[in-house]
Amino acid sequence: MDPGHFFASSRVLIVAGKGGVGKTVTAATIATAASRCGLSVLLVEVSGRSAAAPMFETEGQGYEEAVLVRAAEGHGEIRSRSLTPDQALIEWLSGHGFHRIVKRMTKSGLLEVVATATPGIKDLLVFGRIKALETARAADLIVVDAPAAGHALGFLRSPAAVREAARSGTIHRQAVEVMELIGDPSRCQVMLVTIPEETPINELIETSFAVEDEVGVKLGPVVVNSVLPRIEGLEQRLRWAKCSAAERTDLATAADFRRGRTALQDQQLQRLGSELPLPQIRLPQVFGTEIGPAELSHLADRMLAEIESLEDLS
Amino acid sequence: MNGYAALIADRDVIVCCGTGGVGKTTTAAATAVAAARTGKRAVVVTIDPAKRLADALGIAELGNTPTEIEGPWPGKLAALMLDTKSTFDEVVRRHAHDDQQAERILSNRFYRNVSGTLSGTQDYMAVEKLSELYDSGDWDLVVVDTPPTRDALAFLEAPKLLARLLDNPIYRIVTAPSRGVFKVVNAAAQSVLRQLARVVGATVVDEAVAFFQAFEGMEDGFRERAGATLALLGDQRTAFVLVASPRADTLTEARYFLDRIRNAQLDAAAVVVNRMLPAVTTSPERAMELAESLAGTQAAGAAIALADLTASAAEDQNRIREVTEAAPHAVLVQVPLLVDDVHDLEGLGTIADLLTAG
Repeated sequence: MDPGHFFASSRVLIVAGKGGVGKTVTAATIATAASRCGLSVLLVEVSGRSAAAPMFETEGQGYEEAVLVRAAEGHGEIRSRSLTPDQALIEWLSGHGFHRIVKRMTKSGLLEVVATATPGIKDLLVFGRIKALETARAADLIVVDAPAAGHALGFLRSPAAVREAARSGTIHRQAVEVMELIGDPSRCQVMLVTIPEETPINELIETSFAVEDEVGVKLGPVVVNSVLPRIEGLEQRLRWAKCSAAERTDLATAADFRRGRTALQDQQLQRLGSELPLPQIRLPQVFGTEIGPAELSHLADRMLAEIESLEDLS
Repeated sequence: MNGYAALIADRDVIVCCGTGGVGKTTTAAATAVAAARTGKRAVVVTIDPAKRLADALGIAELGNTPTEIEGPWPGKLAALMLDTKSTFDEVVRRHAHDDQQAERILSNRFYRNVSGTLSGTQDYMAVEKLSELYDSGDWDLVVVDTPPTRDALAFLEAPKLLARLLDNPIYRIVTAPSRGVFKVVNAAAQSVLRQLARVVGATVVDEAVAFFQAFEGMEDGFRERAGATLALLGDQRTAFVLVASPRADTLTEARYFLDRIRNAQLDAAAVVVNRMLPAVTTSPERAMELAESLAGTQAAGAAIALADLTASAAEDQNRIREVTEAAPHAVLVQVPLLVDDVHDLEGLGTIADLLTAG
């Protein structure tokens, strides 16, 4: 399908997955790829620490927006901002009659009681801010780097949880509004990220079904990171290779290792394909370097090519 | 005996911490296996093991009591999968004055939020379970896997969690007699609570108040317990083992983690780096040359594989050096990337060998 069409199909794109699967790299890659399609992109990070900014070789962003990539011929601007759950709660209470005492509430621990009494409230309020950005058309595409660890599902479930916990009051209305955003495929979709290994793939499959059943959000293609590129001829004999004996041993070690890892990976990718009926976008492993603008550009090329080769999603 | 084997021999508690996806649960379980092999009675508390590993350990179900695992070792090995909610219920029952007080708390919705979803509760209960197992005297070594968390201090802060909630002004206000000086405070507090009710809904506030009222008289017990647990974690009985993989993001987290452990005056005794690539002696530069000079020959594929491997391995070593410099006294153990995930006792035995070899 046409990548420009794909990235324009919903204004909010949430990138979710367990820690350690390259979620932030994926979010940065999506932002870069969408920008190549001429869209302006706002990259939202919720962890409080900016992990994406160094990949664009720019200064870390704060609560205020920062420009990661300037708009130019053929590509849209990429901005980023951080929305932390704590900050979202404080801001929200400040806007709802507590502005004079919110500092004291934080210090005294009353804020903690409010958060405990209403599980999911902080995540919901982050969603609320995202919704406000979406309504204000802050960018053509808002890419959200969702919280890591086991929280991917918790984050997506938060609006429903709050709607249940707080049956009345303004927070209840906020939850209802956010659920409208999440449930509308033209406004919001989720892309889940994994790597081609057994445990991460198991978790991805479980999360997908849970997200679909319990959250009712549209699931976009799955992103599989760190896929080893195929190398031909790994089983060839090395006896005549022009190099030292030690190097020949190393060549054999490397070839064996690569063959073993590739076989395992293929097995896992196939399993993912048969157990989860979602299209896959495969991104190659980057060897031996930190992710910078050059690597992001390369990954974005691959992502665009992969999207192009997908069948049109109706 | 290597440094890691020495830790297993000397310490009473080993806490495995680190981010998710680095093989923390496997490392914790293999550590307990290694201990059982040296004749110790070892128990491992796991948080969220991958299903096949849980099956292998015989703990496919949540459980709050250790399940013994038979195996070819002179010691004893047991495992349990932490059930946060039941552990918390037990703690409440232990501290309650009578059954009625316990029931009032257990049926309260705010309590259910605290015990089920409050961030940090899982850490708190892991620590509770740890102290309970340690206090029982049934075990020579308690190994604890910790929840994957972005906040290194969540685990260390955990025992203070409830104590902090109980230090809350709401608590003091709702349990204080409403006369004299308190009456004024109470009126101000009531107005804040009413305001809050408009925002989050009245039921939420009522439940919270009821929770704190039900808790009256239990707070000292909780505070004492938190103090004792922190003492156990803080002295030489306990070793913190940082588990990491050579990936850039997990090592960045690892370094951050080490700083926090050190700042809290705890002992980061070992760093276990899982998923190490196979060792080769060819340099990355030479491997690049070979990839060029062998292009078009039978060895072309192997040369590309070697170039990829050496580039990644060199980068890994640089990152690991940075981490070990941050913890010069910690034992460094490097465990190779295995071809398959560990999902049986034999696999755990292999990891146990790798952890304690050399």
